[in-house]
Amino acid sequence: MIPGVTLQQILAFAAALFCIGLYGALTRRNAVGVLMSLELMLNAANVNLVAFNAYLHPGALAGQTFTLFVITIAAAEATVGLALVVSIYRARRSVRLEDADLLKG
Amino acid sequence: MNLPEVGTVLFYVCSVLAVFCAARVVSTRDIFHAAYYLAATLLLVAVIYLLMHAEFVAVVQVLVYVGAVAVLLAFAVMLTAKISDHRETQTNRLAVPAALAAAALFAALLKAVVGAGWEPSGAVSAQAAGSQANLQAIGMALFKDHLYPFELAGLALFTALIGAVLIARKDPE
Amino acid sequence: MDLSQSAWLIPLLPLGGFLANFLFLRGSRRGAPLLATAAVGLALVLSLGVAWSVVADPAPRECTLPWLSVTNQIFGHFTISVGTLVDPLSAMMLVVVTTVSFLVHIYSLGYMHDEKGLVRFFMYLGLFTFSMLGLVLSPGLFQMYVFWELVGLCSYLLIGFYIEKPEANQACKKAFVVNRVGDLGMFLGILFLTYYLGASDFRSLPGLLGRWPLYAPAWLPLGAVALLLFCGAVGKSAQFPLHVWLPDAMEGPTPVSALIHAATMVAAGVFMVARTYAVFDAALLSSVDAAQVVAWVGAFTSVFAATIACTQFDIKRVLAYSTLSQLGYMVLALGVGGLGVTAGAFHLFTHAFFKALLFLGAGSAIHAVHSNDLRSMGGLRRFMPVTAITFLVACLAISGIFPLAGFFSKDMIFDALRESHQTALAALAMGVAFLTAFYMFRLYFLAFEGEAPKHGHPHESPKTMTGPLVALAVLSCVAGFAGLDWNGHGFGNLIRFDRAPSLTADWSRAQALAQAHPGVQGDFRRGEAVWNAAVPAPAQGVSAAHTAPRTDSAQERESRSFKLDWAVALPATAVALAGILLAFLFYRARWIDPAKVVGALGPIHRIVYNKYYVDEAYRFLLDHGYYVISAAILWFDRHVVDGVMNGFAWLMQALGGHLRRLQNGSAQVYALGTAAGVLAVFATLWVFR
Repeated sequence: MIPGVTLQQILAFAAALFCIGLYGALTRRNAVGVLMSLELMLNAANVNLVAFNAYLHPGALAGQTFTLFVITIAAAEATVGLALVVSIYRARRSVRLEDADLLKG
Repeated sequence: MNLPEVGTVLFYVCSVLAVFCAARVVSTRDIFHAAYYLAATLLLVAVIYLLMHAEFVAVVQVLVYVGAVAVLLAFAVMLTAKISDHRETQTNRLAVPAALAAAALFAALLKAVVGAGWEPSGAVSAQAAGSQANLQAIGMALFKDHLYPFELAGLALFTALIGAVLIARKDPE
Repeated sequence: MDLSQSAWLIPLLPLGGFLANFLFLRGSRRGAPLLATAAVGLALVLSLGVAWSVVADPAPRECTLPWLSVTNQIFGHFTISVGTLVDPLSAMMLVVVTTVSFLVHIYSLGYMHDEKGLVRFFMYLGLFTFSMLGLVLSPGLFQMYVFWELVGLCSYLLIGFYIEKPEANQACKKAFVVNRVGDLGMFLGILFLTYYLGASDFRSLPGLLGRWPLYAPAWLPLGAVALLLFCGAVGKSAQFPLHVWLPDAMEGPTPVSALIHAATMVAAGVFMVARTYAVFDAALLSSVDAAQVVAWVGAFTSVFAATIACTQFDIKRVLAYSTLSQLGYMVLALGVGGLGVTAGAFHLFTHAFFKALLFLGAGSAIHAVHSNDLRSMGGLRRFMPVTAITFLVACLAISGIFPLAGFFSKDMIFDALRESHQTALAALAMGVAFLTAFYMFRLYFLAFEGEAPKHGHPHESPKTMTGPLVALAVLSCVAGFAGLDWNGHGFGNLIRFDRAPSLTADWSRAQALAQAHPGVQGDFRRGEAVWNAAVPAPAQGVSAAHTAPRTDSAQERESRSFKLDWAVALPATAVALAGILLAFLFYRARWIDPAKVVGALGPIHRIVYNKYYVDEAYRFLLDHGYYVISAAILWFDRHVVDGVMNGFAWLMQALGGHLRRLQNGSAQVYALGTAAGVLAVFATLWVFR
């Protein structure tokens, strides 16, 4: 734990990150921008995990272990996501999400 | 008056900066800058991990997130961006509802967190954890208690790798 | 032998005739009529026997069986009985109904001889006779109502007897529907009476009426209930404004008109009022003076109909309006009360005979010239002397010429009017007497005197038709003498209304109790408890406000028989003779040309001739009223019912239109939706924590 900082403050910080990331995921026009926002959200979750681990169960390392896995999977997800973006860009010459509306009913 | 500890100051500084950078990620008009800001945010988060005595996680964060993911994002940006992107706004018409939703979610999360009544254990991890250093402890945990998920994560990475290559390659003519 | 215990046989005899004809003798054109006639004849004999025993001992005798037992939380246990109530009034009606019915049966053997539906006719006649007899013997309101409706049904069947004639079809429906309107009021009255007094039979009702202020709710004066009952009489006895069915009922065969629409069924309303007169009398103590309304309705109808009768050319229509007018007389007499009740019943008695005679005689004339129109008749006296003489007797009787029956009954009515000091009504009655004499002799002179019709050779009717005419003529002569004293057994002694001696005392006591125990009114059980618990107050002088007028307390035990009072008889006779004279001048001696008078009266005559356009008014009201209601319902259907349906459709469309925009293919919108969902879950969990 960090001296002088309560668990709630760290959690608040993580919540702020998460919400900023959420806002970005919903509003960015560029697909890559959305992916960046997603990374922010995942990071916020990681901060939460580590914080809980550090403050509540300092002996157990479950939080940090979990965080490692999250990072791993986030990397995988970013990879595939970007591959998709590139592929779509190649097909439609645009990464704007508004143009990807083939599923419109 | 007690001088606040270094760690406390550092935390506050880093957290505020990180929030600022994150805000810039989602609001800047230039997608290149967004990538840079993202990298900055991730670095600052790594510092915070350090402050919480999660050294290995911090290092991995820097190596993987900043070094690989952020770079990858930058690559993608460069591959797909147009010059004209600078001028037009990068925010779509959902700005207001999304902002509202984000704010509401923030409020809800705060409410959930503040009233939860978690009792910090008080012990500093490095001493209470036992005799091992952080890295060793994580290594032991990974290979003893969490071997199965570890292997699966590797498999997932492998799959992602192949998948990405498949998706991103040009169709053979 | 006390025949009154077997009085129940009397209605069952014609019923048996009906059933036998219905089941076995459908094809027998000779046997069925004879069986029906014999059944009624037997009933007549029995009725005479019952009447004889009643004259000997006039105390009312009941012979009943329980029919409907009701247990409810208000009355506890309440039973409606069926059976017979034999008292002077019902015995008198028995004699009247069976006599006239029997004579009409015999007449019909000749008159209806060539008709297609002969057997059906006699079946219906039998059914009607059964219904009417059941009605007059009823011991209580419910049985009376059942037979009341049955009589209405028979009237419908018989008016519409000529099923191929469209006017007959219309007329029978009109009769039934108009009657129904009156019956609704009557049934409401019956229900109110029974519900608030706890009894529906005629023997116990008079004693209970005094408790009305305690038992009944304050918003329901007894007079209102009496008027509701009177509605039935207005319908059945064809008083204004429900008189419209009777002239149209002449579409039925003439014997039907004679039996039903002159002598018996229309008299049922008068009979009912007489039977339930205690209610009307007690209503004097309540805030609504029902009896006065009754009197004025009767008087108005009487004048109204008499004026119309002066203008009509259809012989049966004239007689129909005459019936209306005479019924008005009876109702007027009843409304006046006291001696008037006896007078009204007496007039019913005598009127049955001479009116039946008039109709049957008219039937004879119609049979001879094959037309109802007076203008195609004339000088028939030479060809059909029996018919003419009996008809003349009837005309004299209805005009009230001494010593025929009508004189006595009309005189008694005038007596009653004089006793009640109602000069307006008396004047109207006098006027009607004048008009009655006038139009009846107009009828006689036009049909039987004067020049013979150009074509056709009228001849006298067969004996089977003239026999009843003679019999009725004899009755028209002697029936009036029944009103004399006969040593205490005269009509007036036997059929009379005497107020229950405790009525006013009970009424005041009930009023006092109602004030002392607020909230009891309208609740029978509590009211009864209060009544029985209260100690009878010591006899104090009953305040004058509670003493109703028209109580001839001083003369209570005095005889109501006919007394010759020259102060009444002379003007009445003078008026009648004046009417006859006027008719003579118009139609026999031809001193005054009726056509010129018609021309002089111009529009007035047209209005009267067209029956004051009452039928047209009804038609207009019903057409437009119905149209208004239909239009309202159409609006409702189109805008509310369809509106709801269409509204739903519109709603679905609108919703769909808006919801469609959610599915726009934008992943970020979907993600926003997910975020909103998460927030919703948060909110729900927070609200229902």
